[in-house]
Amino acid sequence: MPLRDRRTEGMLERFSQAERWIHHVTALLMLVCLVTAALLYVPALSAAVGRRDLIKPLHVYAGFALPVPVLLGLLSRAFRADLSRFNRFDPADWEWLQRRDRRDVAYPKDGDGLPRGVVPIGKFNPGQKLNAAFTMGAILVMLGTGAILTFPDPWPDRWRTGATFMHDWLFLIILVVTLGHLWYAARDPGALGGLLTGRVDRAWAARHHPGWLDEHERAGEIASGNTPETPPKRHPENPDNPLKTRPNRS
Amino acid sequence: MVGAPWGCSNGNVSNEDARRARGAPVGRRVVLGMLGLGAAGVAVGTSLQRGVNSALAPVGQIGNVLPGAGDGFRYYSVVGGVPRRTAADYKLTVGGLVRQPQTFTMADLAALPQTRLTRDFQCVTGWRVPEVMWAGVALPDLLDVVGVSGAARAVRFTSFDGVYTESLTLEQARRRDVLVASEMLGGPVTHDHGGPVRLFVAPMYGYKSLKWLGGIELTDKVITGYWERRGYDVDAWVGRSNGRDDAPT
Repeated sequence: MPLRDRRTEGMLERFSQAERWIHHVTALLMLVCLVTAALLYVPALSAAVGRRDLIKPLHVYAGFALPVPVLLGLLSRAFRADLSRFNRFDPADWEWLQRRDRRDVAYPKDGDGLPRGVVPIGKFNPGQKLNAAFTMGAILVMLGTGAILTFPDPWPDRWRTGATFMHDWLFLIILVVTLGHLWYAARDPGALGGLLTGRVDRAWAARHHPGWLDEHERAGEIASGNTPETPPKRHPENPDNPLKTRPNRS
Repeated sequence: MVGAPWGCSNGNVSNEDARRARGAPVGRRVVLGMLGLGAAGVAVGTSLQRGVNSALAPVGQIGNVLPGAGDGFRYYSVVGGVPRRTAADYKLTVGGLVRQPQTFTMADLAALPQTRLTRDFQCVTGWRVPEVMWAGVALPDLLDVVGVSGAARAVRFTSFDGVYTESLTLEQARRRDVLVASEMLGGPVTHDHGGPVRLFVAPMYGYKSLKWLGGIELTDKVITGYWERRGYDVDAWVGRSNGRDDAPT
């Protein structure tokens, strides 16, 4: 639970507006793809709904549109930076994967400062990174196999049956992974808020992404200009923060 | 920068230590690995699907959840819902350019000579169900009962789903492997398979085997069917149409 006290003052910018649009449009297209896929493909559902003449084109258009938001997103510097973060596994990520207490938080002994995650995870944790990479790969494989199914003429029959096989079974895996993604999101109001508004509070960041919070503090990007070691006081950003010149770990 | 979505976008990091600290490009490896698996799956998926089908075949109801499992058929319909007809209230009207228009009940059809066939069912979208048993009245036998007039050149089929139609030339309709089928898979044709009576055009792609057969009409020329007005080939020979080269059924 995010703490609602003075320590939560100062929000961190997590996602730019462009990044949120990329997410939301991709999410909407993915949902359309998954729902229409279920209607076309799960025998019990397709027997109940039918309407293949309507649902199939809907599925095909949504599928071909699915990579577009990400491709357009490459124009955004913030999105490119986050793609780079998703890509790399740093030592903290490997530690997080190995530790059973990866979700635990440590409470500061002096009673001041924010409870912090025990592993200094950066902006994204390895689960989020793997989910992002899986989703990217899945979109590309579905795009390729879907293109073979939509335009079957140039392909040998064996490939078309193989593409049907991949498209069918990867659908089931994507469904499971996407439901898992929604499950984690629904249990974490801080993360949901971050995606809706672009901002998260420091308590959430300290708990889930302490390494990222530290980056911010070193870069002096927090509106309140505080570091986790000192309780925040109401004062404007300190432009003379000596830590500002340290290199950013990203 | 634009060309390197997975690369480094931070110009500050340049020396070797910092590069190591950034960590391994696991995300890129996952994406590339999935692309490799995807390509391999396309290459060998045909035999894998066969294995999956036989592995899942004994698991009764799973065919309602997983495609291609169960009896191997996939349910396609172009309408939201199809009225159910039982064997008791089913009627097939045969008219158009015939000497004696007639309506057949299930009992009327059962009284005609029955033809049995075991043939593969090949869908134009790629799936195939091997060695399906079919039984019913061969279309030429039914046409002989009503008497085809000399002006007839083609046959039009309508589905009691209210929308779907199909067509054959008269020559195609006279083949002995075209059935007005009342049995498939060793039992009555179920509603989801297009029962109680459907067409089975053995040498052609599945869209020719119209489900929920309600009417047969002899015409002086081919009136193209539902999918044929949407780009499918009118002569739908398996392996020789629709740009496909499947083995003949």
